[in-house]
Amino acid sequence: MRTEHTFRAKIRALTDGAATGLAVLATVLVVAPLVAIFVYLVYRGAVSLNWAFFTRNPVPVGESGGGMANSIVGSAILLGVGSLIGIPIGIAGGVFLAEFGRGTKLANAIRFTADVLNGVPSIVMGIAVYSLVVVPQGHFSAFSGGVALGIMMIPTVCRTTEEMLLMVPNAVREAALALGVPNWRSVLAITVRTASAGIITGCMLAFARVAGETAPLIFTAFGNVGWSEKLSEPIAALPMQIWVYATSPYDEWHRLAWAGALVLIVLIVLAVSLVRYVTSRGVLKGAS
Amino acid sequence: MGVGIEVANLNAWYGSNHALQEINLNIPANHATALIGPSGCGKSTFVRCLNRMHETDPIARVTGTVLIGDLDIYKDITPVEIRRRVGMVFQRPNPFPTMSIYDNVAAGLKLNGYSSRHVLDEIVERSLKNSALWDEVKDDLKKKSGASLSGGQQQRLCIARALAVDPEVLLMDEPASALDPVSTAKIEDLIFQLKAKYTIVIVTHNMQQAARVAENTGFFLNGRMVEFDLTHKIFTNPSDKRTEDYITGRFG
Amino acid sequence: MTRIRFQQRLDDLKEQLLVMAGLTEQAVQRAIEAYRERDLSICDLVNRGEIEINLLERNIDQAALDLLAMEQPMAGDLRFILSVIKINAELERVGNAAKTISDRTRNMERMAVAELPINIPKMATLASEMVRKSLQSFIEADAEAARAVLTMDDAVDAMNKSAFKSLIKVMEEQSHLAPQALNALMISRALERVADHATNIAEDVIFWVQGDDVRHHKSLNIVQEQQDKGGTTAT
Repeated sequence: MRTEHTFRAKIRALTDGAATGLAVLATVLVVAPLVAIFVYLVYRGAVSLNWAFFTRNPVPVGESGGGMANSIVGSAILLGVGSLIGIPIGIAGGVFLAEFGRGTKLANAIRFTADVLNGVPSIVMGIAVYSLVVVPQGHFSAFSGGVALGIMMIPTVCRTTEEMLLMVPNAVREAALALGVPNWRSVLAITVRTASAGIITGCMLAFARVAGETAPLIFTAFGNVGWSEKLSEPIAALPMQIWVYATSPYDEWHRLAWAGALVLIVLIVLAVSLVRYVTSRGVLKGAS
Repeated sequence: MGVGIEVANLNAWYGSNHALQEINLNIPANHATALIGPSGCGKSTFVRCLNRMHETDPIARVTGTVLIGDLDIYKDITPVEIRRRVGMVFQRPNPFPTMSIYDNVAAGLKLNGYSSRHVLDEIVERSLKNSALWDEVKDDLKKKSGASLSGGQQQRLCIARALAVDPEVLLMDEPASALDPVSTAKIEDLIFQLKAKYTIVIVTHNMQQAARVAENTGFFLNGRMVEFDLTHKIFTNPSDKRTEDYITGRFG
Repeated sequence: MTRIRFQQRLDDLKEQLLVMAGLTEQAVQRAIEAYRERDLSICDLVNRGEIEINLLERNIDQAALDLLAMEQPMAGDLRFILSVIKINAELERVGNAAKTISDRTRNMERMAVAELPINIPKMATLASEMVRKSLQSFIEADAEAARAVLTMDDAVDAMNKSAFKSLIKVMEEQSHLAPQALNALMISRALERVADHATNIAEDVIFWVQGDDVRHHKSLNIVQEQQDKGGTTAT
């Protein structure tokens, strides 16, 4: 019946419209808090941004013109050390899980451990590294802070690497082996290279996550009002500094905290984008 | 130049599955030999025994001898080394997706230590010419990725990649089954030309293709080789009734 | 069983060929009867039958061509279709021979009856028996029965040669009987050709069933012998 078709078609169109509307609404609901946060940060923090903020270290209460230069540099150093520790170990673990240990009990144990490690509260991580590194060394240090961040990066990097490697089709591996390439070389030069985009994303995820961690740094990096000369000295970090300022009773410090939060987010976004840009320049036309 | 292959008492297992039973076969040098048979008959397993690729499966096991030239490939040589002499082209084209055309063809050489730019350039060009792909890609060698080519071109790229390491034998596992008739015809013409330099073993479930390119044909059934003879004999007057039933499409 | 439709088409082709065979056998029988009875009405029947035979020949060839193009036949199927095409041609020529006999008979009917020293009916019986047996071997795919037909050809050849000699003698010594003798000679030749066609059909059956090409074995053997002796062979 033609009338029936038209009726059904109308119902279908309405349902389609409703579903689309719901999808859009859901997206807005998810994105809105993100946008709100960012807008609010700009609103509260941008006003305190000036040259001094990026070049001067913190000054005592009452004085003006202080900045967070050492925290910014300190975060960079801590993240650098953490990445140097966490990324290689994580990738190696992921490669083992996907390429060499598939199905073995050891692989299952490693995967389980990584998942547990992922769930450890960051404060507990800080305390653990305090006992393992700070206490034997006898002092707080940038190194111990890096270790804490690094360990926290491992599970994410490891699992993502494994997932990305598993997504490489077996046909690619076979193609390499059939050329008379030894297995280890095939894994490194072909499989890992094929999955490299995804692996880098995993590293970025881990990086972005630990960039904002404060709790593990409290008992390890400890913080610093001035510059740190060596890795064995305590060091300032942006998230920690924000926390100290935000929980203080001083308005001036509150303003600095807002600015710091804004800078933190912007720096993380910049870092991730930079890595994306640099790695995408090497990608060829047509490769997925 | 290609070499002949002698297979004696070859048996292969995947775990407890006796996939190949007492295969005896002589594949002549510089000829194309086709292996036909229904799905699961063991022809792909057999071919993978010729370059020890079946060993990539941890539960695989083999007994018997395979002589390629005068080399016992299970005793005199490692799997990695035999695969440099016995190249393989797979059913679905599988170029390395993140590499350029040039890098794809050169992959076998680069990963085995060759690095002289001059030598690589020469070998890449020669291999692409031998696989009838040079004219289509010579301007985009380093700009286009292997995966951006059409299906037929990708398969010829894989052939070029296999030829670049200068093997003596080329194994082709249903090389044209994923391709359209025009690409298939190009690949078949290619096989004709390649015969002069290499020994070719081609697994195919397309009997007309076997008839078109191969001098000899072997019919596999349930892990055994039922009949091995000149192609024209197999297709006009086979000796075994099972071969006849398969070829005429009368099963059951 | 797979390829049922293909098998059906092969069976249909066989059926068509058997109809063709029946028509040609009937044509030969009628032609000989027309000769024996000197009955022109039967000659007319033969002429009409000839048209039908020719039409059927074209249809069979077309059907065979289609099968080759569309079904990619192999091995036994391929040999079968090839044999059908060849047997088809042979049968059509048998039909032509029957028409020749009928035409000669029509010609002789105007002439006086002559006692000629040949036995056309006996030759005819032998020749049509050969045709029948070769077609029987086709129906039953019996290579041995086909080989038996090959041996019968010599008898008909001998009869034709002797008829040739006798009729030439008649034409020399009783020249008023020359027209009848000439016609009888042509009929004898036609029957000898029928026997040859039956032989060819038998050879085609052997090729289909066994994959053996047994044609021209006599002349090929002679060539082989000469080659073995080391002499040059004239090509």
